[in-house]
Amino acid sequence: MTSRYHADRAFAVLGLLGLLAALAALAALLLDVIADGAPHLSWQFLTSYPSRFAASAGILPAILGTFYVIVLTALMAVPVGVAAAVYLEEYGAQGRLGRIIEINIANLAGVPSIVYGLLGLGLFVRALSLGRSVVAGAATLALLVLPVVILATREALRAVPKTLREGSYALGATKWQTTQLQVLPAALPGILTGIILALSRAIGETAPLIIVGAVAYVRFVPDSLWSPFTVLPIQIFNWVSRPQAGFAANAAAGILVLLVMLLLMNGAAIFVRDRYQRRRAA
Amino acid sequence: MERATPHFHEELDTLKARLLEMGGLAEERVRLSIQALVERDSALVDEVLSGDDPLNRLHIEIDQRGFTLVALHQPVATDLRMIVSAIKINTDLERIGDLAVNIAEAARRYLKHPPVKPLIDIPQMASIAQTMLRDALDAFVRRDPDLAQAVLDRDDRLDGLKTQVFRELLTYMLQDHSTIEPGLDLILVSRHLERIGDHATNIAEDVIFMVSAKDVRHQAIDDRP
Amino acid sequence: MSEPKIAADGVNFYYGTKRALHDIRVAIRPHVVTAFIGPSGCGKSTFLRTLNRMNDLIPDTRLEGSIKIDGQDIYAPSVDVVSLRRRVGMVFQKSNPFPKSIFENVAYGLRINRIANGRADLSHRVEESLKAAALWDEVKDRLHEPALSLSGGQQQRLCIARALAIKPDIVLMDEPASALDPIATQRIEELIYQLKDQYTIVIVTHNMQQAARVSDFTAFFWLGRLVEYNETRKIFTAPAEKLTEDYVTGRFG
Repeated sequence: MTSRYHADRAFAVLGLLGLLAALAALAALLLDVIADGAPHLSWQFLTSYPSRFAASAGILPAILGTFYVIVLTALMAVPVGVAAAVYLEEYGAQGRLGRIIEINIANLAGVPSIVYGLLGLGLFVRALSLGRSVVAGAATLALLVLPVVILATREALRAVPKTLREGSYALGATKWQTTQLQVLPAALPGILTGIILALSRAIGETAPLIIVGAVAYVRFVPDSLWSPFTVLPIQIFNWVSRPQAGFAANAAAGILVLLVMLLLMNGAAIFVRDRYQRRRAA
Repeated sequence: MERATPHFHEELDTLKARLLEMGGLAEERVRLSIQALVERDSALVDEVLSGDDPLNRLHIEIDQRGFTLVALHQPVATDLRMIVSAIKINTDLERIGDLAVNIAEAARRYLKHPPVKPLIDIPQMASIAQTMLRDALDAFVRRDPDLAQAVLDRDDRLDGLKTQVFRELLTYMLQDHSTIEPGLDLILVSRHLERIGDHATNIAEDVIFMVSAKDVRHQAIDDRP
Repeated sequence: MSEPKIAADGVNFYYGTKRALHDIRVAIRPHVVTAFIGPSGCGKSTFLRTLNRMNDLIPDTRLEGSIKIDGQDIYAPSVDVVSLRRRVGMVFQKSNPFPKSIFENVAYGLRINRIANGRADLSHRVEESLKAAALWDEVKDRLHEPALSLSGGQQQRLCIARALAIKPDIVLMDEPASALDPIATQRIEELIYQLKDQYTIVIVTHNMQQAARVSDFTAFFWLGRLVEYNETRKIFTAPAEKLTEDYVTGRFG
């Protein structure tokens, strides 16, 4: 009996050590970035344009570019992804065909993002003549995160108990009424989580956007859907590859800005999700 | 806290009501048969002899109701004892009804002859038997074990009167042979009345069991020296 | 007997290739409580679910034979399943209130079927249904609280109210009290007794004593067949089939 107890304790300790190791690595990274970048954060930094001089370089276009692209990506990916998942789960193919579709979507989620970049270049930039624009970038990212949204939504829909659907059907509801009034509201927290995951991935994507044509040195703010743009990761990447020492600090500051944007976005989504859940259950 | 559903209780109440209805009928028929004998009323005798049906129908109905209640509602404790007691009392009441018919038959034979003697003891026996029956049924309704016990205690008087009637009539029959036939009928009537008293005590014993779950039957066996 | 409410004839039901119901033939009367009894897996729930076509939701199932409600075949191609389910309501074994407020649970059926005329009518109908389900007094002051905050017995009565709100003809109950304690069960049974004046009720139960207490007619199922169907009184006092006798006396099952 003692040996089982020891094994139990040993596992708990090992788990804790693993967690601490991961947290320590993350903490080290954060502290390094904060140390390098925090001094450089200033209102001037946030509101000016990139320049050849490190001291006066700013991040405004990147911030706005990231913001517009993410919003557009969400607007494109979420409706399509949720609708696709609803169709597949509630109306769609059963049996073998259904399983084939499911496997393929899961595979798509794992395709390297640069492949999406190439797809975006060929399809959106060239074939649809959208040019190297915000909309092309957002469309590319939407394709990238679509599998994530679909999979997460499907899981959320599956987690809705069958008894809920049965109760609705037994009252004479059609499939659409049941889906719209019972299933989707019940699955919403899970769907929101999926959206958070998807957008968190999108916000950090660099390679596909480079291919689609986000340039690193824009001295203007995107003024329309069709204008050229840049995003935070690309700007950071650009600064990191410059030899001048000052740009390293800029990059660190940029990372901080990116992290803050990510946290704000996730925080907002989690807040919405929690409010919704509390209203339904409390 | 009630375990059973209200409609079960309605069914129980109906069972009790039917039982009391039957008790009333049985009482009535005993009363009428004795009245026919005492008043020498042949028409009344015929009425008693032909009016058996309502009693028999109730007999069947009460058994069926009790049976159904047990099968469908799984009664326990007080409810179960009440239902089982009702079924047993039903049997006693039906026998009382039969005894009333027997009295009426004896009365019919008796009325073919001139009266043997003024009837005093027999009406008295009838009165006691009827009161015992009525009290036993009251005890059932009111769930009153003391009243039931009082019925048990009165049984001896009825036995005493029966012996008295027998001795008296024996004297008459020995003196005058023409009174033997009617005399025997009177003796039969007294026996029937004594049996009615016995059935009333059975009912009283069932009531005591129903109320207190004590089985007081056959106690006389243990009490006898 | 005048026109039966539900008439099943030659009903065979298949889950894939497995035959779950064999040649079921039964005529259920209006305004009585009919109980389906039998051991687990005997097909009673399956047959119940054919009556409002809830089995349609399960893939790869098939029904042969006919089931007629008020003389009309409910499996005819022209039948609108949605409106069938409006006439034939269902209460499930494990109460499944929607994760909404008490009011919205009862109102749901009214809303999707577009029954009420305006807010006042809706509220009135919700109140009526909650009263019919003997739940109104307990919830009238907290109609907008979540349904899931009610106790198990209350939730089940809420599901009954929800089913009654759309005024069905027939109410099917699949083991409605099996997840409840004895007091809650007794209240549900009393409710069923009160409801039968207005509705035709069919209840599946694995609890024989409940069938004895609550129903007027009983159908005994065994291995997918209907063994005996008669007045409850007769089934429990003098069943015709030995199999029925063995089951109700507890010899097996």
